[in-house]
Formats: sequence, C-alpha cells, structure tokens
Amino acid sequence: MLDFEAMIAAIGPEMLLALAGLLGVLLGAVFGDRFNSLSFKFGAASLIAALCTVLLNWEGGEAFNGLVTTSPFVNFAKVVSFGAGAVTLLMGENFLKRHETIRYEYPLLVIFASMGMGIILSASNLMTLYMGIETLSLSSYVLAAFHRDSMRSAEAGLKYFVLGALASGILLYGISLVYGFVGSTSYAAIADAEGGIGLLFGMVLMISGMAFKVSAAPMHVWTPDVYEGAPSPVVAFFATAPKMASMVVFANLMFTAFPGVFEDWQMVIAIIATLSMIIGAFGALIQNNLKRLLGYSSIANMGYALIAVAAGPEYGAAALLVFMTSYVIASIGLFGGVLAMRREGGMVESIDELAGLVRRRTGMAIALTILVISVAGFPLAVGFLGKLLIFEAGWNAGLLPLLIVLVLSSVLAFGYYLRIILVMWVREPAERFQPVDAMVTTAIYAAAAACIALFIFIGPFADWATSAAAGFYQ
Amino acid sequence: MGNFPILSAVIFLPLAGAVLIMLVRAMTGSQENDVATGNKALTAGLIFSVATFLASLVMLASFDMDAEGYQLVEEVSWFANVQYKLGIDGMSLMLILLTTLLTPLSLIASFGSVKERLTEYTIAFLVLETFMIGVFCALDLVVFYVFFEAGLIPMFIIIGVWGGADRIYASYKFFLYTLLGSLFMLAAVVFMYLQAGTSDITQLETFAFAPEVQTWLWLAFFASFAVKLPMWPVHTWLPDAHVQAPTAGSVILAGVLLKMGGYGFLRFSLPMFPDASQFFQPMMFALSVIAIVYASLVAWRQTDMKKLIAYSSVAHMGFVTLGIFSFTEVGVQGAIFQMISHGLISGALFLIVGVVYDRMHTREIAAYGGLVHKMPVYAAIFMLFSMANVGLPGTSGFVGEILTMTGAFQASTWAAAGAALGVIFSAVYMLTLYRRTVFGQVTNPALEGIKDVSVKELITLVPLLIGTLLLGVVPNLVFDVTRESSLRALQMITGG
Repeated sequence: MLDFEAMIAAIGPEMLLALAGLLGVLLGAVFGDRFNSLSFKFGAASLIAALCTVLLNWEGGEAFNGLVTTSPFVNFAKVVSFGAGAVTLLMGENFLKRHETIRYEYPLLVIFASMGMGIILSASNLMTLYMGIETLSLSSYVLAAFHRDSMRSAEAGLKYFVLGALASGILLYGISLVYGFVGSTSYAAIADAEGGIGLLFGMVLMISGMAFKVSAAPMHVWTPDVYEGAPSPVVAFFATAPKMASMVVFANLMFTAFPGVFEDWQMVIAIIATLSMIIGAFGALIQNNLKRLLGYSSIANMGYALIAVAAGPEYGAAALLVFMTSYVIASIGLFGGVLAMRREGGMVESIDELAGLVRRRTGMAIALTILVISVAGFPLAVGFLGKLLIFEAGWNAGLLPLLIVLVLSSVLAFGYYLRIILVMWVREPAERFQPVDAMVTTAIYAAAAACIALFIFIGPFADWATSAAAGFYQ
Repeated sequence: MGNFPILSAVIFLPLAGAVLIMLVRAMTGSQENDVATGNKALTAGLIFSVATFLASLVMLASFDMDAEGYQLVEEVSWFANVQYKLGIDGMSLMLILLTTLLTPLSLIASFGSVKERLTEYTIAFLVLETFMIGVFCALDLVVFYVFFEAGLIPMFIIIGVWGGADRIYASYKFFLYTLLGSLFMLAAVVFMYLQAGTSDITQLETFAFAPEVQTWLWLAFFASFAVKLPMWPVHTWLPDAHVQAPTAGSVILAGVLLKMGGYGFLRFSLPMFPDASQFFQPMMFALSVIAIVYASLVAWRQTDMKKLIAYSSVAHMGFVTLGIFSFTEVGVQGAIFQMISHGLISGALFLIVGVVYDRMHTREIAAYGGLVHKMPVYAAIFMLFSMANVGLPGTSGFVGEILTMTGAFQASTWAAAGAALGVIFSAVYMLTLYRRTVFGQVTNPALEGIKDVSVKELITLVPLLIGTLLLGVVPNLVFDVTRESSLRALQMITGG
C-alpha cells in the first residue's frame, strides 16, 4: 500500500513538475502559437510552485521502497535550482522573441529538465539516478540546439549530445559494475557492501560520468563550445540550475553510497579538482568571448566546489551549499549581462564590447562589477565567504596541496576578472547597447544586491546551510 | 553618547554619501559628462567627507586617553565565530583622523583639476574612505581582511580611470602585487581562526601560538604588510602607482594606504607573534636601513617630481619599521608619529606637485626652474614642506625621525647609523628638487604666464601646513593619545 503523504514529501515537487509539463504539452497542442508567450510565465510559475512544495516538505522522506529519499541537504539544492530555473526562464523570453524562436516547447523542456534535476537529487538508488540524469540530459541537448537554424546552436547541441551520450555510457557502465559486484543498486546497500576492486572500478567510472555533468576537467571539453554556441538564455540556465543540482548530487552520491571507500574517491576527486582549477583558470585567461570566458570560469569554480566534496561530508557539505549558491546567484547576474549586450544588428559577445559601460549605463556597470567581484572571490560580496568556507573545509580535511592550487588559481583568475572590470571602467565607451529588457535588468540588480546582502547576512544563511547538511554529521 | 555606534557611523557615512550620489545620478538620468553636474557631485562628496571628519572629531572627544585597551567597542555576531567587531585605541584613532582629514582635502584639490566623470570619481573616493576607516577600526581578523582588501578595488579604479598615460599597467601592478601579498595573510587568518577558534583580535593577542607556528604566521603577515608599506625590495609598484595616479589618488595612497602596513605590524605582528617578531628583528632592521639608504639614493636620480616623492615615501616608511622593531617606547611612539607626520607631509608634497602639474601638465623637473619669480607664495609653501620632509627641527618630520632613530640606537647602533645616513641623503634629494624647480632663472618660456597658488589650493595646503608645524612644536598632541596603545603593544612583546 502506498503511503501517500510520505510520497508527496519525497517526490511531491517532481510530480508537480511532471504534471505541469504534461499540462503544458496539452495547452500547447490546443492553443498552438498563442500559448508561446504565456508558456514562459506558466513555466516559471510551475517552477516556483515546485520550489514552494520543496519548502513545505523540507524534512523530506522516503518513497517507492527506497528508490527516492530526500533530505534537507538535497532540498536546499532543489530550492536553488528551481529558483534559478524560473529566473533564467523569464530572463530569456524577450531574447527568444527577438530571434523569432519563441516557442512553448522551450519552457516545457526547462520544466522537464528541472524535473530531472529533482529526481537525481532525490535519488537513493542508482536506477533512479540514471533515469533522472537522462531526463535532464535529453532536455538539455534539445535546449542547446534550440536555435535550430543557427549553425552554432546546432553544432553546440550535437557536440553536447555526442559527448553527453558518451558520458552517460561511462556512467551506466560504472553503475553496472557496481551492481555486478554489490548485487544491489541501492545507495544504502552499496555503502554496506564490502568494497572490492570491482566496486572501485565502477565507482571511478561513475565519478567520470558525474564529472562530465558538472563540467569538471578532464571531462570539461564540451563546456566552452556549448557555452559559446547555445542560445544565451539556455546557457544562463545550464550555468546555474543543473550545475547546482549535479554538484550536490555528486556530493550526495559520494557521501551516502561510498562512505566506506572515502580515501579512494577523495584522491580521485582531488585530482579532478586540481585539473579543473588549473585548466579553468588558464583557459579563461586567453578568452575574448565573454560566454567562453564564463565557461572556463565555471570549470575553475567547479574545481573549487569539488574541494568541498573531497573534504568529505563532515567538513565540506555546508561549505558546498554556500559556495554553489553564491556561484549560482553571481552567474545569473553575469548571464543577465550577456543578455543585455545587444546592439543594432544582433547580440555581441566579445569582452571588448563592454568598453566604457560605466559611462553608458552606470548602474548596470556597477552591478556587473559587484557580480564579477563576487565570482572572483574578492571581499565585499558573498563569493569571498563561499571560497573562505571552502578553504576552511579543505584545511580541516588536510587537503593542503589543493588549497595551494586554489589560491594560485584564484590569483590567476583575478587576471581575467580584473580585465572585465577594467574594460567596463577604463576604456573609451563603445556604442550604446540597445534598451535592455526589464526582466534582465531586474535580474542583474537583484543578483548584485543578493551578493552584497548575503555577504552581510552570511550568518543566518550559513546556519541554514549547516542545518541542511546536519544529516551528515551523525 | 550612550550606545550609539559611533565607529560604524563614521565608517559608513562616506558610503551613505556615495550611495546617495549614485541614486541622485540614476534619478536625474544624466549620462553626460558636463562639468556642472560633476562639480555638484563633488561638492556633495565634499560635504559628506567633511561631515565624516567632524564625526571623527566627536570620536576623539569621546576617547579616554588614559584608559587601557580598546574603546567604543561595537560587536555584532556575523557568522560562525566571526564577529563584526570594531574598536579603537590611540594609534588607530590618530590614523582615522589622518584619513578623515586627507579625504576632504584631496576632494577639494580635485575641483578643476579632474575634468572627466566627476560623479564616479567622487563615489570612488567616498567608498575608499569607508574602507580605509574600516581597516583602522576592525577588531576582528576577518573584518580587517575584508576592509583591507576591499580598498584595492576603488584605488584600482581611481588609478585605472583617472590616471596618466600608463595607468593600466600601473593599476594592474598595484592590484596584483598587493593581492598576492594579502593572500598569504588570508591563509594565515584562516589558520589562526581554526587554531584559536576565534578571529577576535583582542582574544588572539593573548593566545600563545607555538614559536615555530609564529614564524610562519609572521612571515605570512609580513608578506602583506611589506608590500603595502612598501618595504624594499617589494616597493616597485609604488613609484608606478604614484606617477600614474591622479593627484588626489597619490595623496590618499601615500597619506593613508601606506600606513596600513605599519599599522598592521603594530596591531598584529608584534602582539600576536612576539617571539617571531624578536627573531626577525635583525632582518627588519636590515631591510629598513636598505630601504632608507637605497630609496633615498634612487630618489636623488629621479627626473619626475612625483617619482622622487614616491621614493622618498619608501625611505620614510623605512623609519617606521625601524622604530617599530626597536621594541622601545621611544621607537614605537616615534613610528606612529612618523606615520602621521608623513601622511601630512607627503600628502602636501603631492598636492604641491599637483599645483604645477595642473598648470603645465608635466612632472618633469627639467621643465621647471625659477618658479620663485613667478609664484612666490608657492615657493614659500614648497620650501616649508621640503624642510619638513628633510626633518628640520620645528616640523613634525624632525620628531618622527629623531625618535625612531633614538629607538633604533638602543637596539642597534649600526641600524641607527645607517638611518642617519638616510637623513643626510633626504636633504640632498629634497634640496636638489627644490633648487631645480624653484630657484634659478626662468628658462622654460611656457612658464612665463604661470599663476601663483589659488585660494582653492591654499585651502588644501594650509591645514596640512598648520598640522606639520603644530605637531613639530607640540608633539605631545599625538603622544598623549597614542601612549597607552604603544605601551600595550610593547608589553605584549617584552612580556613585561
């Protein structure tokens, strides 16, 4: 017999999203193009509703005989991911309208992708995990190629699909090895099993698959190309919601399914983190395209986040949540900036196009400066405290070499972040941008304000993250 | 006064002004660079910085000079065991007063000399003032670090936007140099926090770190403060930054930002790592003496007036470290005094260079000569500050140098002898500069029409002049305020 209340508590938000997605398909079939514009509000409303459902069932629960288990830790990630999904959806509406590609499929795909995120976050069984990942990925491939008439978008979609399918294959191979040696796909059973060499093999393959999803080196190669090629609103979505979800899933998987072989995966993740920080920082240093730069910067930032994963559940869990949230907020604002870079004749993406922005749009330039400061991890914005907590976590876990790389890569990162600030403030102004959509402006200002506000009120926020991660301390 | 958070009020008053100016600007929607709007913004900024100065005088009035420890303490929990904790002692009070005095003066100096984007310029200065005051008020390591680092951004923008031809290079160099030093300090901050379980400075002062740990922590803090001060051999960013920065930027840079290094040594290195400070005393003496002698010699050979004064700053900061690491009351008191005095004198010297730069648009010494015929008042003021920079008795420069050298003499005769050599060299380069710019015949025809100092320039220079002479004659004005804090720092290091 099904315990309906427990089921709602465990996967209520995902069920809601599934129903909303299906309803959207119906509405689209009935109203056709007349639904296009409304569908964005519909999608955002669904995501907000799902977010509220998460908040109402904060403590989480278990359903389907242990196929899904939710906890405050993953619910925290759901809140951020759904929120980011809703904001990026609204930010993108006018962009698509101008490119005459506004179609109701877009918000529906975002809804389904978000549902996939919810499922992987709730997963406590490898089968659930895999299904969720595929839901998320398939929606993402289509989104990346959403401008189907554009060569760049189609190329991005194809690259993403081919590499993503490979990564899924690797992940699945890992899952099957783990299943073969443990005899179960449940996280709890894997955690209890005797760890043999076969289990380790499977685990490393799974880590590789997950590394692809969070775009960590050496599985990062798709990131700059997809960031550059896919439509900007889609990239804004990719850079925020799925990153948060996948990173927390990554941590959750390691913390709950493989606690017995902590030392083994800690080393693997430490290597991935090191590579990501180095490749991300050096890669970004030579970019001229803002979207590509943000792509490499995300690789480096995922490297920082992986330090928290490598620090283990006791030290790293709360730091991971704070850091990823601050990263997601800053990214929303920065991609708002990308969406605002429109001139007569289309979008521009080169950093040089921001020249002298402070004279053209002082407010926006200041907001973008705050966001860059935050993502660079400089004091005065929450990104600094996120990095500080990561540093503390790494220190507590004794990961000194990683911290040295963290510091050096941060210095390197200042090189390219400073360049953005410098171009905006110092260079002779370029031609004025076209008027910016109200939603995008709001998002940029709100993100900048949030970066400052969270910096000042980090106390309650960090406490919230710590209480969400409290399940790992026992 | 009760529980009114006067420190927070002084810190955030300039920031409030900056936000207000920004909002007015956003509401009026003025995108153009017309000078009238800019001057209004600058005037508003000036009003706020004067208000801040007055507020800091209130702070001085409510300060009890005979009390030990920190006063006017404010404390609010921030996150984990980190507190937003503020408090001042005599040393920080004097540096805050210096900051709040120099900021309005440098804003006044900007009228007419800065022509572009005055609104942003004013905002940058007000934001910078907030961070500078914050550095001197912070009683928590993390809060200190935040203010310390945050100040880099507005200064970076000030140099990068309103600087000279090579401003981009200079601003990058300034930023990355300082940042690299600070990251070592950040690592040390995190370590100390994890070891002691608190980042409260008052508690860390009594926390005994193991001697070998102290060595490393001391070096990490040293990396940051040595760059900031700057000490030889990491001083090379300073001449570039000074030469490229606008006049007001140089005033603040030399007047206040450099003092953060000396302040850091006194606030952190001495009380928290006493063993390591003792251990590194010979090294600090050596570096200080090298800085004094070397920088003075380099200053002598400069052809750019600002560069000359920048190198002279490096030399004068050498006296500060010399005094601090003598571990004597005279030396430490002298070091604090030297910081205040140098703030006034170097600020004034940069303003003086600014006066002729605004008229001639060159800082080359060779372009001048014979200014005394055209600008007699200017020549007189310049003379006074040159003498003060050399350390003539009766000016504040003398008190600082004589005390730091006396302190150093008690610890090491050789160091004092080396420093004394620097005093002679300082006379050489300052008199050379003065002779070549002010005396002689007017050779450059462009100088024919040059006008003497205006009222605006007098307003900026006279307060500094009064300050220099007053402190030179009645140095106890400073010593009475700073005595308790210097004794306290010394107590912790000598354990007595």
